[in-house]
Amino acid sequence: MNAPPAEGSRLQEDAAYAMAFQAALLLAVDPRGLAGAVLRAPADGRRDEWLEAFRELMPQGAPWRRVPLGISDNRLLGGLDLATSLGTGRPIAQNGLLAESDGGVVVLPMAERVEGQTIARIAAVLDRGALQVAREGVSFAQATSFTVIALDEGANEEEQVAEALSDRIAFHVNFQPFGLKHRPPVLPGRADIHAARQLLAQVTMAAELPQAFCRAALALGIQSLRAPVLALRCARAAAALAGRVEVSREDAALAAQLVLAPRARQAPEAPAEEQAPPPEQQQQENAEAGQDQDQDQEQPSLEDLVLAAAQASLPAGLLAGLGAAARQMARQAASSGRSGMMRRSAQRGRPIGARPAAWRAGLRLALVETLRVAAPWQEYRRREKPHHAAMVHIRREDVRIRRYKQNSETTTIFLVDASGSAALHRLAEAKGAVELLLADCYVRRDRVAVIAFRGRGAEVLLEPTHSLVRAKRSLAALPGGGGTPLSAGIAAGYAMAEASRKRGQTPVIVALTDGRANVSRDGMGGRATAESEALDVARLFKASGIAALLIDTAPRPQPFSRDLATAMGARYVPMPFANAARMSAAVRNAARAPMAGH
Amino acid sequence: MDGALTSFRPANRPVQEGQVSRRVTPRSRAGTSGGAVAPAMRNAYPFSAIVGQEEMKRALMIAAVDASIGGVLVFGDRGTGKSTAVRSLAALLPEMAVVAGCSFACDPAAPSSSCAQCANLPKGRKPEKRMVPVPVVDLPLGTTEDRLAGALDIERALAQGVKAFEPGLLAAAHRGFLYIDEVNLLEDHLVDLLLDVAASGENVVEREGISLRHPARFVLIGSGNPEEGELRPQLLDRFGLSVEVTTPTDLASRVEVVCRRDRFDRDAAAFTMQWAAEEARTRETILAGRKRLNSVTLPLGTIEQAASLCMALGTDGLRGELTLVRAARALAALEGDLEVSTQHLRRVAPSALRHRLRRNPLDETVATTRVEKTLIDVFGP
Repeated sequence: MNAPPAEGSRLQEDAAYAMAFQAALLLAVDPRGLAGAVLRAPADGRRDEWLEAFRELMPQGAPWRRVPLGISDNRLLGGLDLATSLGTGRPIAQNGLLAESDGGVVVLPMAERVEGQTIARIAAVLDRGALQVAREGVSFAQATSFTVIALDEGANEEEQVAEALSDRIAFHVNFQPFGLKHRPPVLPGRADIHAARQLLAQVTMAAELPQAFCRAALALGIQSLRAPVLALRCARAAAALAGRVEVSREDAALAAQLVLAPRARQAPEAPAEEQAPPPEQQQQENAEAGQDQDQDQEQPSLEDLVLAAAQASLPAGLLAGLGAAARQMARQAASSGRSGMMRRSAQRGRPIGARPAAWRAGLRLALVETLRVAAPWQEYRRREKPHHAAMVHIRREDVRIRRYKQNSETTTIFLVDASGSAALHRLAEAKGAVELLLADCYVRRDRVAVIAFRGRGAEVLLEPTHSLVRAKRSLAALPGGGGTPLSAGIAAGYAMAEASRKRGQTPVIVALTDGRANVSRDGMGGRATAESEALDVARLFKASGIAALLIDTAPRPQPFSRDLATAMGARYVPMPFANAARMSAAVRNAARAPMAGH
Repeated sequence: MDGALTSFRPANRPVQEGQVSRRVTPRSRAGTSGGAVAPAMRNAYPFSAIVGQEEMKRALMIAAVDASIGGVLVFGDRGTGKSTAVRSLAALLPEMAVVAGCSFACDPAAPSSSCAQCANLPKGRKPEKRMVPVPVVDLPLGTTEDRLAGALDIERALAQGVKAFEPGLLAAAHRGFLYIDEVNLLEDHLVDLLLDVAASGENVVEREGISLRHPARFVLIGSGNPEEGELRPQLLDRFGLSVEVTTPTDLASRVEVVCRRDRFDRDAAAFTMQWAAEEARTRETILAGRKRLNSVTLPLGTIEQAASLCMALGTDGLRGELTLVRAARALAALEGDLEVSTQHLRRVAPSALRHRLRRNPLDETVATTRVEKTLIDVFGP
């Protein structure tokens, strides 16, 4: 949420800021159970006080490790300790970062861009509480548990920490509404936290508490079952912190605010009626909840309290921020972020084995494989050259080079003209052709995205995804009609292509249109303006060198479409009768020859 | 370049005694738990204590009864207990007999499918037996190919100049289960290796001067979230059964899941004890099912029904029918029935067939619905 500071008073903001520190306290009391915190803030110092405070609360000397983006498996999980192995002549393993962080904190800067693979590994260790490693010639297992602090620096809605990780983490703290001038509250010291930790195992809770949390989670549209479990743990930690052995209603309310509210996907319905149910119903609820009759004639039941607490701290503009379900699904489907660099050299990408080659600059040695090849010869070579003190004799023919999988994944972006001029039968043909192209992309394992333009502007129907089923669904629901905002469509396509390029993918645009532009960027009609605007935007394309293909679906190809294609630097394919096989072949060729253009 | 160690060793020459090693590598710095042996992991959550998810539990039990069915693919939302179920299955499996001293866990009762070493024992001599637990091997994320397939034992080669083979995870999983979490994120080259081994039942190692083959038949269990990516059709086909799991939607189930999970987190030992009786019952059921499997009859009529169902659905190849029939038989064995009936077919049909329908990846209809509709068409309501 990028809203400016709440319009409420300064006090309200201070209260919210203090609440964030409550999360730090509770996390310090139960670092393993609560798994960590996701801090959403730009990297301008807003969250630094929180981090410092948290560090002060964790035990002295607890490990505190930062995981750099693009960390290798060897460093994260562990692997062969080359120096020691060579020194002793036996394979010795070394711990990776996760094993070193046992009992401490793992910090993930730029968490929204961490690779899916790294997220999966961290999530696996969080789940099992142990690390299992089998790589590079070594195998070992180790129990390790740590707390994850994910620093989410995402700037807009689409950039979020991968759900695989955020689902397992109890606290999602948003620092964006806060300015830089808040004073952190005074916190208890390490001794108090230590006492709370000792007390934690003895804390009991009311039997209806799980039900209250589950109901509140359902009402807030939280699908995952981890959320209520984490809320329970949070409530216990709160009780322990206050020195009590029983979870109180305030603890429950606090847990709902800290754990459930940030995950809310919808506002619960009709809160007014829930707050003041008719007396019979209230009594019945109380009887079900098993609480004292006389005490609760005035107080709301535990469930209502929990729900109300969560609701009170729902982020401002929740409904507005969430928008349509389609956008939300698209966010979940979007990749959890790449390192943002294009990977083209022989030193980048995911390692997939080794091959023999002459050693030269620019190639990476596959040490373990090289050693393996050289190993059987050692005895003989030592005998041959007894005066050589080297521990390991390596010859040129032993050398193995690491092979990398080039990250040349293609994202095919379909720009579909759904306007009235491309009407009925053309749209159906276009849809059918796109579906067959999608099937082809599935075979090639590309990502696909769909942007449609009609009426006043362009709409992203589908963010880049591997999921073909979603692609098909998004197309099926597309209605036709309205003007042709061609320039808006091309601009949207360009934006998406640039975004996917930043993620290290190769974008290819496939535009299906009849070229009859008649709506310009400001939504006004007028063929001439619309056409010239479209040409301007198209030139941006050519400048960026994105591979493009323009399929002209007009029954009689007009010269403007050809001009547009030239301006875009795109291959022009007139296809009065959309033929899927030809289209498919054309797309394949377009992807292969990025700069050719025609 | 000549040397004493160069002779090309054909694949079927026996690996000599002492040339296969299996160890856990010592670490350069002792971790907080120390030791080179696997430390006590958290107690596995009891299989019987999983709330709901009947189809998944049934599919896992079927896979445990009849290994030839080909494994289970569990796809579904996050936090639905997929990995929990598979890991808890390990605790339920009975022990198995292996040839004493064999590094590849060969079956003493099936000499035709043993490794080269066991095959070369003098005829007429009964191999010594040993009981070991059925292996359930987790494929750790970040595994490299050498750990999966096995490779040259560097230590012995460097130190003693002996060429010894260090078996990998495929050898460890032989006659057991290989569990792959996040199966749709598995690297392509590992997928290729797995497909190859799963198809042939043998792991052929040709690298770094080692040339060896050993039996590797295991039940492949995969779990994942379909939102993260599609599975290759070849890999999809390898799985005998597939199950879709979703988070329960009714409040009571959700509360029960949360409560049980919470109790387990607080005191795993006590929770496991509470469920010990139920677990023992489940274990007995699986064991009895295995014993009964061969005596369950399969009437011709049932085979015909299975065939007509598969034809109506348009499944590729014959593997659909084979799996369907085998799974139905395993289900009958589990439930103590003597004959495979239409009811058994109907109950396993969705798991056996829903992932084999994917002719058109863009088909709108959910696969499960198609199977169920066709079931009604073929067999009546």
